[in-house]
Amino acid sequence: MSTINRTVSRWTVLHAVEHRLLIQKKWFKSILLFGIGNPTLYLLSIGLGIGSLVDANTTGVDGVKYLTFLAPALLANAAIQSAMTETMFPAMAGFIWAKTFFGIRSTPISGKGIASGIWISAILQVAFTTGIYWIILWLFGAMDHAGSWLSLLTAIYGGLAVGAVMLFVASLIDHDDGFLAIVNRFVMMPMFLFSGTFYPLTTLPLYVRWIGWVSPLWHSTELGRWASYGHSIPGTIAIIHIAYLGLWIGLGLYFARRRFNQRLAK
Amino acid sequence: MPANSSEIVIEATNLKKVYGDFVAVNGINFKVTKGESFGLLGPNGAGKSTTMRMISATLTRSEGDLKILGLDPVTKAPQIRAHLGVIPQQDHLDNELTVAENLYIYGRYFGLSRAYLKPKVEELLEFAQLVEKRNEKVEALSGGMKRRLTIARGLINQPEILMLDEPTTGLDPQARHILWDRLFRLKEEGVTLILTTHYMDEAEQLCDRIVVMDNGTIMAEGSPAGLIAEYSSKEVLELRFGSNKNIEAAKALEGYGDRLEILPDRILLYCNDAEAVLEKVNHDGMKPLTSLVRRSSLEDVFLRLTGRTLVE
Repeated sequence: MSTINRTVSRWTVLHAVEHRLLIQKKWFKSILLFGIGNPTLYLLSIGLGIGSLVDANTTGVDGVKYLTFLAPALLANAAIQSAMTETMFPAMAGFIWAKTFFGIRSTPISGKGIASGIWISAILQVAFTTGIYWIILWLFGAMDHAGSWLSLLTAIYGGLAVGAVMLFVASLIDHDDGFLAIVNRFVMMPMFLFSGTFYPLTTLPLYVRWIGWVSPLWHSTELGRWASYGHSIPGTIAIIHIAYLGLWIGLGLYFARRRFNQRLAK
Repeated sequence: MPANSSEIVIEATNLKKVYGDFVAVNGINFKVTKGESFGLLGPNGAGKSTTMRMISATLTRSEGDLKILGLDPVTKAPQIRAHLGVIPQQDHLDNELTVAENLYIYGRYFGLSRAYLKPKVEELLEFAQLVEKRNEKVEALSGGMKRRLTIARGLINQPEILMLDEPTTGLDPQARHILWDRLFRLKEEGVTLILTTHYMDEAEQLCDRIVVMDNGTIMAEGSPAGLIAEYSSKEVLELRFGSNKNIEAAKALEGYGDRLEILPDRILLYCNDAEAVLEKVNHDGMKPLTSLVRRSSLEDVFLRLTGRTLVE
């Protein structure tokens, strides 16, 4: 029998990334179509439609035209949606639907490595779809300031914060009882509506404004607006936005990796 | 016979696994030498799969000591898994990938190069008789094909120890014999086989040594022939008198053989010459609906040791 190298690589996590990329490649056309179609429809209906109405009757929002104000929020939301898809679906497939993780666990990779691999591959996917979104926003004239490209980075950062936490949440699910639909309806939708997406958060009364404060979408949107058109944020608040999203990434990844290990060692 | 009986590749000492109040494996001891084919037999819930998973370094023990290739799975699990091939009870294949991609990506998890995997995947597709299905998605395969793919997947890293948890469940007889042939060849190459199965012929064909487990403990240990010699008679006479008449008939059959077992559907008479006993039964006027003379098997050993059949 020929001998093969059995040294356990320090980079086993990259094999989990490769696995995800192999699957994503099969969905490339759908990803591309959704990536272009979704923002185009959004911008045509809400951005241009409502934007024209707002701009015709006001001097804009936050000192800029409505579409410019709206664009960073749409970008941040797109990144979050993409990150959720790329973390929750693989985790559900691996643990519940096809149970592939229970086959992979017999290889040298650990549960922690699998979790990290999914999250890293989500970075690539989020960067790709958010990048397309940004280009379409730019084509629509919504990203016309010099530093607008920075909003792409802040959106990806926000997406990965939600992705890390959702990776952990998905790893807790034992049975698929429509959990993803519940998350979409009762977490994502309120977050989308009450995070200052369509209007500044300060216009909301205090008793619902807290939803925005805890929502990663609002923190990501605020950073995106600062990066995109110079929305005024005090330095301390900017640090809080970055730290808050960083906390989601840190805690989400820590508990997700731990949970993956525990669940695959049962 | 083991290829190198001096080298111990698996050593379990007082190995125990507890889930809350439930003791799945209760302080078992065994050693497996390099090149040996070692079988774990027992009914569902006996602790076989739990033992297999502890050996596979995917489940930590609660107590005792376990060494795989001289390494402790608590601290060296990835290093141990790099040397193992695991064929689990459930296939756990990736339905989104093709047949060939399933083999390829599994190999990548072992850190195997693309240059190694390209011919290896082809070799294993041939072995699994799935060459024509190489570009099909897994969900399009039949149950038997999926099982063959799972077995092929377990060989991707040329394992030193191959763990087979009920490997041929769902395979047709021809595929089972092909797998047995392949396992024999691996054994000749020095690969250690650890096997659980519900098929007695499979255990007798493949295993040098067997442990019979029940309720998390080892009931007996030895070669298939040795276990049969120790715990059963040479032959068995199976008699059916009808479901409501077996118990009554059994009373009349006392003393006809060395031992007697009453099962829900039949009576087993253990003896050295079953033909002679059958003649005597007929001569004495007892009229069984059906009768069968056969040699003793591991099933009989298990029945003797645990009072239960292996497949429940």
